[in-house]
Amino acid sequence: MPVRVQPEDFDLGAEILNLRRGNTGIGAVASFVGLVRDLNHSTTVTEMTLEHYPGMTEKALAEIVEEAKRRWNIINALVIHRIGPLKPSDQIVLVAVSSAHRGDAFAACEFIMDYLKTKAPFWKKEQTEAGAHWVDARESDESAAQRWAAPSA
Amino acid sequence: MITLLYFARLRETFGFSSEQANLPADVTDVRSLTEWLRRRGGTWRDELAQDKPVRVAVNQDMATADTAVRDGDEVAFLPPVTGG
Repeated sequence: MPVRVQPEDFDLGAEILNLRRGNTGIGAVASFVGLVRDLNHSTTVTEMTLEHYPGMTEKALAEIVEEAKRRWNIINALVIHRIGPLKPSDQIVLVAVSSAHRGDAFAACEFIMDYLKTKAPFWKKEQTEAGAHWVDARESDESAAQRWAAPSA
Repeated sequence: MITLLYFARLRETFGFSSEQANLPADVTDVRSLTEWLRRRGGTWRDELAQDKPVRVAVNQDMATADTAVRDGDEVAFLPPVTGG
């Protein structure tokens, strides 16, 4: 399954080994790991909780991966997103893409991450020294996703 | 009967994550459903106001105001997403 939503942590090395096992046509693997930062808008974050929409979130992620496969010549892709309580420096998200050549893997990895940020139903709630609040969506994430405007059909 | 789901800030503000609702005959799409919920007043009117960036999914697909809503559907109200 190329998409997993789970409370457990993940091991980047083990996941990449698994992604490329048995396929000697793979010449490139690009990966991205997102981490919890301890600072957001100059307030100190002590804990973060990730909520999702069971069913729809997995479906949205699978559709993003399928779209990446249509746009680039990639061999495989993996998305792992954690949910539940997380602490600063914890891993939140992993995107890994394998392909024959690096260009497709780099581009598809960035595309999947940009689309995940703006289209997959996840919500972050931050605990800070000043109290708890739901994180606001960022304009910069929306413009990052718009760079990949649909190709002419 | 339809199932309504509320996530994140909406779930906390409304005080529950899901409900079953019998729709009046004039509620046929996302637009009329949202208007019907707004008429509950208070936080419903505020959180679902037209200038609020709430997205709606019908049966786990992103919907527009014109998307039809029928008996048995699952309709979710989603604040702007902030994953990754």
